[in-house]
Amino acid sequence: MSDTLPLSIQNNRRMEKWVRFDPDRTVRLAVGKVELGQGNVTALAQIAAEELDIDLSRIAVLSGDTQDAPDEGQTTSSQSIEVSGRSVRLVTAELRARVVGRLAQRLNCAPGEITVEDGAFHHGDAPTGHDYWNFAQADDFATDIAGTATPKPHTAYRVVGKPVQRRDLPAKVTGPGFIHDMVRPDMLHARILRQPNRGAVLASFDEAPVRRAAGGDFRVVRVGNFVALIGNDETVVQRAAAAAPAHATWHNARQLTPDQQEAAWLVGKPTDERVHGDTPMTDPPKTVIEATYSRPYVAHAAMGPSCALAEYRGGVLSVWSHTQGPYPLRAALANVLGLPADRIIVRHAHGAGCYGHNGADDVAVDAAVIALQVPDHCIRVLWRREEEFGYEPLGTAMQVTARAALDDAGKPVEWTTEIWSGTHVQRPSTGGNMLTHEALPTPPPNPKPTDPPEGAGGGGTRNGRPLYDFPVRRILHHLVLAPPVRTSALRGLGALPNVFAIECFMDELAERAGIDPVAYRLSMLSDPRARRIIEDVADRSDWAHRGPAGTGRGLGMGWAQYKNKAAYAAVAVELEVEQEVRLKRVWCAADAGLVINPDGGKNQLEGGIIQAASMTLKEQVTMEGQGVTSVDWSTYPILKFSEVPEIETVLVDAPDQPTLGMGECTFGPTAAAIGNAVAHALGVRIRDMPFTRERIARVLLG
Amino acid sequence: MAIELVVNGAARSVDTADTTPLLDVLRNQLDLKGARYGCGLEQCGSCMVLVDGTPVYACSREVGTVPGKHITTIEGIGSVAHPHPLQLAFLDEQAGQCGYCLSGIIIEAKALLDRNPDPSRAEIAMALDNHLCRCGAHPRILRAVARAAAMIRKGAAQ
Repeated sequence: MSDTLPLSIQNNRRMEKWVRFDPDRTVRLAVGKVELGQGNVTALAQIAAEELDIDLSRIAVLSGDTQDAPDEGQTTSSQSIEVSGRSVRLVTAELRARVVGRLAQRLNCAPGEITVEDGAFHHGDAPTGHDYWNFAQADDFATDIAGTATPKPHTAYRVVGKPVQRRDLPAKVTGPGFIHDMVRPDMLHARILRQPNRGAVLASFDEAPVRRAAGGDFRVVRVGNFVALIGNDETVVQRAAAAAPAHATWHNARQLTPDQQEAAWLVGKPTDERVHGDTPMTDPPKTVIEATYSRPYVAHAAMGPSCALAEYRGGVLSVWSHTQGPYPLRAALANVLGLPADRIIVRHAHGAGCYGHNGADDVAVDAAVIALQVPDHCIRVLWRREEEFGYEPLGTAMQVTARAALDDAGKPVEWTTEIWSGTHVQRPSTGGNMLTHEALPTPPPNPKPTDPPEGAGGGGTRNGRPLYDFPVRRILHHLVLAPPVRTSALRGLGALPNVFAIECFMDELAERAGIDPVAYRLSMLSDPRARRIIEDVADRSDWAHRGPAGTGRGLGMGWAQYKNKAAYAAVAVELEVEQEVRLKRVWCAADAGLVINPDGGKNQLEGGIIQAASMTLKEQVTMEGQGVTSVDWSTYPILKFSEVPEIETVLVDAPDQPTLGMGECTFGPTAAAIGNAVAHALGVRIRDMPFTRERIARVLLG
Repeated sequence: MAIELVVNGAARSVDTADTTPLLDVLRNQLDLKGARYGCGLEQCGSCMVLVDGTPVYACSREVGTVPGKHITTIEGIGSVAHPHPLQLAFLDEQAGQCGYCLSGIIIEAKALLDRNPDPSRAEIAMALDNHLCRCGAHPRILRAVARAAAMIRKGAAQ
């Protein structure tokens, strides 16, 4: 039985790790997944309220705390509701069964005769005088979770499946709500003078002009090539940090060139070679068509720069962080600092949306390194805006070639997706180095490039295998060993470039075969859940009257099942192209199985559409000299309010199917739909992101 | 030096250089954390406050330029217990994800509705165009501002 339990329960078997009834008639639910601005903590509370039959308002959630909450690893990959939600459902169903079972014994009745109304137990219609708070016993919490209790059938749901307001938003629209807003006793502000790259050595730092610019007192903490400026007055420290880089010289600083910012630079570089999928045909058809697509490096680009607090008191290091993984961060801190993990506490505090592995963990290490040098103070580190853009791990550039051997009807019988990509995972828990660690006197070895296994959805290969009924489907994956910049997980990993390539190429093949692109897809797609969402957006976008190509107005679509095993999404985009692309309307249909909070789910789907549209149309990290040169919102523009289209989203009702996360499933389909709509509008295809005014002009001029 | 300010309707005296950014004074001396640091470059709008009713980037506005002027932060718009229609509408629409941009956007929307009680979607979008949202909550935010406008108009008509 236990091997079928969700990993979250396997790693946290004691009931007391998860649930506690508090004397004020509330329930404390503890979870290892953290709130990243997606509402997952609210959804987990809904699940607990449902299984326990306790009013949602009584469920208090503690999330992401290495002292008091279970270890659920990282909050990533749209797994919070799929894995943690399943765990919370099993845990709370079992707790209810334990308590109700004992009461049934006491009353000499069947457990099914006892009903629960907001935590109070009734037998028949009569109150029993018992409730969770007066009848639960220590034994109920001290016993391991068996995972054998039967949760409610979805037909009995009262809270799950209902739109529920997020719990953290009221504070955030009225005042403080973020780690940036925390104030602790003896707090000192800190900024970092960043080592430009691993191996760079601080040759000189002229403090006098920096002190003049700062206009007040600060002190310099230096450990190897890690340099921090700290003081009581944040304004002074911020000014010092702004002035410092110009008065520091580094030996062994890297020199980047603009060609390195392009995906094409990766091609032909040393790689780890991987091949996935079917055996190639011995005698494939002679007609072979291919096209090559690319996405450049992109940034997570959080609205609020990375921030952390750390204090070292009495031999214990306490860290507050907006990390995606408090326990993995604790392990990384132990590794960097040489402290035993049981003397480190990591507590999650809300940050700006991260969309993957950004500077959250790195800034926590910054704060911890300083805290050990300056004990008995709370060290608050805030990255500067240019530091956030310049030093966060980036989403890697990818070049993807789709190649198809076609039968006489113009349909693929052998399909190959050939991918050039840097790694998509350099988290501390997946072999990556912390930025600060590389600046310390004993830096760690260079990380060995790796990528998530195919069973976990892959990284560069994510969604690289098309889900059409082609007889042979293969992936050639060139994992480039040494991209010019540090890369790690960004929303969807390789899914966006791969779905963009596959779905755009499908349009190109359909055009070549003289078949409507939607009809062409459906003729090779047997999965009914996929067909349903495609037909839905085709219907709502009036695809049948799409009109001819080359009029300046375009309608395009794309779809995917995220990771080829999670939520389905289809997106259709209507746009106009003159000198630049103007998005007009977007239609989205998604099938994510049983939906916990439909409004929260739609928010994720739509957010994914807008962020993917922003990346497709506008975003590229630029590089030159010592590093990244797109270091603010003017050099790294994102989609603005006036550029956002109207979006109509439909969630397919599938409550008998397992719940699937929705944070990433619209990402690839949106990029593909835009690519196809632009081709429809122009009559010419653009295969390289972003679709900037300059690129459109180049294509139109031939 | 002592600088006299009027913040959210109350007289406040702060001891700081007149070149200190207004944002730092609000956050670190007056404990008003709702205006947020995003870029320090007048590019994202997270720090927006009202100065005599006009939206101003607090990150780059020196405090020495605002003595005697009326400064309004998100805390002066409303509270969890007594929310402004804009804050209510943002919660009704669940108009946000991470929420980091929202206080600045609500401030900008307040200024918009004060001068135009019935803005179109396009007018709301134009008014918010100097505010960035990375999560992609834009459609909800546009709906929330329109909803708040309707709530305020209805309230005024009663």
